[in-house]
Amino acid sequence: MLKHKNNIMVLAFSAAIFACPFFLNAYWIDVINNIGLYAILALSLNFIVGYTGLFHMGHAAFFAVGAYTAAIINTSFSVPIMLLLPVSGAAAALFAYLVARPIIHLRGDYLLIVTIAIVEVVRIALVNNVFGLTGGSNGIFGISRPEIFGFTIRRPHEFFYYIWAFLALSVFLFHQLEKSRFVRALNYIKNDEVAAEGSGIDIAYYKLIAFVLGAFWAGMVGNIFASKMTLISPESFNFWESVILFVIVILGGSGSIRGVILGAFLIVGLPEIFRQFAGARMLIFGAAMVAMMVFRPQGFLPPLQRKYPVHKIKPGDKTL
Amino acid sequence: MEFFFEQLINGLAVGGIYALIALGYTMVYGVMRLINFAHGDLFTIGSYLGLTILTAYGVTAYLGPFAGVLVLIAMIMCLVGIIGVILERVAYRPVRQADRLSAVVSALGASIFFSNLVMLIWGPRFRVYPDDILPRITLNILGLDVPLLRILVLAASLALMGILYFFVQKTKTGTAIRAVAIDHGASKLMGINVNRIISLVFLIGPALGGAAGVMVGLYYGQVNFTMGWAFGLKAFIAAVLGGIGNIPGAMIGGLLLGVIEAMGAAFISTAWKDGIAFIVLILILIFRPTGILGERVADKV
Repeated sequence: MLKHKNNIMVLAFSAAIFACPFFLNAYWIDVINNIGLYAILALSLNFIVGYTGLFHMGHAAFFAVGAYTAAIINTSFSVPIMLLLPVSGAAAALFAYLVARPIIHLRGDYLLIVTIAIVEVVRIALVNNVFGLTGGSNGIFGISRPEIFGFTIRRPHEFFYYIWAFLALSVFLFHQLEKSRFVRALNYIKNDEVAAEGSGIDIAYYKLIAFVLGAFWAGMVGNIFASKMTLISPESFNFWESVILFVIVILGGSGSIRGVILGAFLIVGLPEIFRQFAGARMLIFGAAMVAMMVFRPQGFLPPLQRKYPVHKIKPGDKTL
Repeated sequence: MEFFFEQLINGLAVGGIYALIALGYTMVYGVMRLINFAHGDLFTIGSYLGLTILTAYGVTAYLGPFAGVLVLIAMIMCLVGIIGVILERVAYRPVRQADRLSAVVSALGASIFFSNLVMLIWGPRFRVYPDDILPRITLNILGLDVPLLRILVLAASLALMGILYFFVQKTKTGTAIRAVAIDHGASKLMGINVNRIISLVFLIGPALGGAAGVMVGLYYGQVNFTMGWAFGLKAFIAAVLGGIGNIPGAMIGGLLLGVIEAMGAAFISTAWKDGIAFIVLILILIFRPTGILGERVADKV
C-alpha cells in the first residue's frame, strides 16, 4: 500500500516538474534548472556523505575538474561537448582517486578539514592558471552548446529537459544501487566502522570506490554546467559551493534520495523566492540552518527504515 | 639576509594573530570535539565593534594611545566573549548529543548568520581603521627596520597566550577545563559543572578571537565582512598544524604558519600565498594527522 502511494507521489511530482516549461518564464525555468543541477550534484555527494558517512566537504573540486576538462578539450579540439560527458566523469574520478588515496584512512573531522583544503587548493590552482590551461581568474569562455541528433540545446526551456532527464536517470541509477550489496556494505561502514572492518569488509577500498563513483557523477554534472554557462571561472567552484551541497544533503535527509531532491529545492529555490529581502535572506538562511539542526537533526526526509530479510531460526532447523 | 629577517618578523606578527584565533578553535575542539566554523566570524565582529568604538567614542582620545588600545581590546574581549557564550547556548548545546554532522551544519549556519549580520550592520564594503591611533615608529634593531606596530602586535599576542596558558595549567578552573576535555562523564562525577566549563571555553576562545580582530584592524588598517572566513581558515590550519585540542600546539602552529606564509610569499610566489597554507595542511594531515604536539589517540573499540 505504502509503496503504491509512493509511486503515485513520484508520478505526480514528475508530471508537475515536466509541466513547468509550459507556464513558467525563462527566469524561473533557469532557477529550476539550477535546482536540477544541484540535485544531481547532491545525489552524487550523498553517495559519499549519506551512504558511506564520510565527512566530505570538497565536492566542488570534483565538479570543477569535470567542468574544466570538458571546457579545455571542447575549446581546444572542438570535440562535441556531449561526447565529453564520460571523459569529464572519468577525469573527476581519476582526480578523486589520486587525492583520496592518501587521505582515505583519516577519520571524521580530519577528513572534513583535508577535503576543505583540497577544494581551496583546486580553486587557487585554477586562479593561478595552472599549466597555462585554465585561463586564470577569467576562466574559459566559448564552450559550445550540447547537440543531440543535430539539435542544439540553447534556451533554458531546452536545457530544462536535458538536466531533468539526467536527474531522472541519476535517481533511477542511485535507486537501483541502493538495493545492492555494495551500498549495504557502505551503510555498514557508516553505522559501525570497526564492526564492518571486523567482519571482513575492506573499508579503505569501499570508501575509495564511494569517492570515485561520487566524483564520476559530479564530473558529468560539471560538463553539463560548462555547456549551460558556456563560460566557467574559478569562482563557480569555491568552498561555499561545497558547503551548499553538503547542507543540501544533511538538511534534506542524509542517505535519502527524496530528501536530497527536496533539499535542493529548499536550499537553491527558497532564497530565489525571497530575493526581494536581499541582505536579510542569507541571515535568515543561516539562522534556519541552526534551527533545523536543533529541532530536526535527521533532515526533512530521512531515509525510510529499510527492512532486510532476517533469517529466523525455526525449531528443527539445523544449527551449529 | 636582512630581507629574510624582516620577513621573519613580519611572519611572526601575523602568526601571533593566527595563534590567538587558533586558540579559540583548539579550546572548543579540545573540549567539545566540534569545529566552530563561526569562530572566524566572531573575530570579524570583534574587529568591527572595535572600529565602531574607536570612531564613535574615541577611547584613545581620553586615555592616550597605548592605554586606550588596551582598554579597547579589553572591552572587545568582553563583548565578543558574551556573544560566544550565547552562540554556544543557542546553536551548539542542543545538538551536543545529536549526530556529529548536525553540529557541523549548525556551526556553518551560525557562520552564515554572523557574516551576514556584520554585512547588514556595517555594510559590504571595506572599512578603514583610523591609522593615527598608535604612533607609526620604525625601530632600528641590529640594523633591521622593524615597525613598532609589528612588535606590539606580537607582544600583545604572546602576553594573552601566556596568560591563557598559565590559567589553564595552574588554576583550579583550568584543571577542570582539562578534565572536561578528557571525559565529560567522568568530570561530572568528580563534581565539575560541565555546562559551565563549556560556557567558559566559549567565553575565552571568542574573547581571544575578538582581541585578534582589533589587532588585525590596527595592523592592516582595513576590515571587511568576509575576512573572518580567510583568517578563520588560516587559524584553523594553525590549530591542526600544532595538534588540535592542544593549547601550546595552537601557539606554535600559529607562529609557524605565519612564518611559513611570509617566507612562501617572499621566496616562492605571492599568488600561491593562500595555497601554501592549504598545502601545508594537506601534508601535515597525510603524514602526521595529530599535528606537531598532538598525541596519537587510539580508536575506541
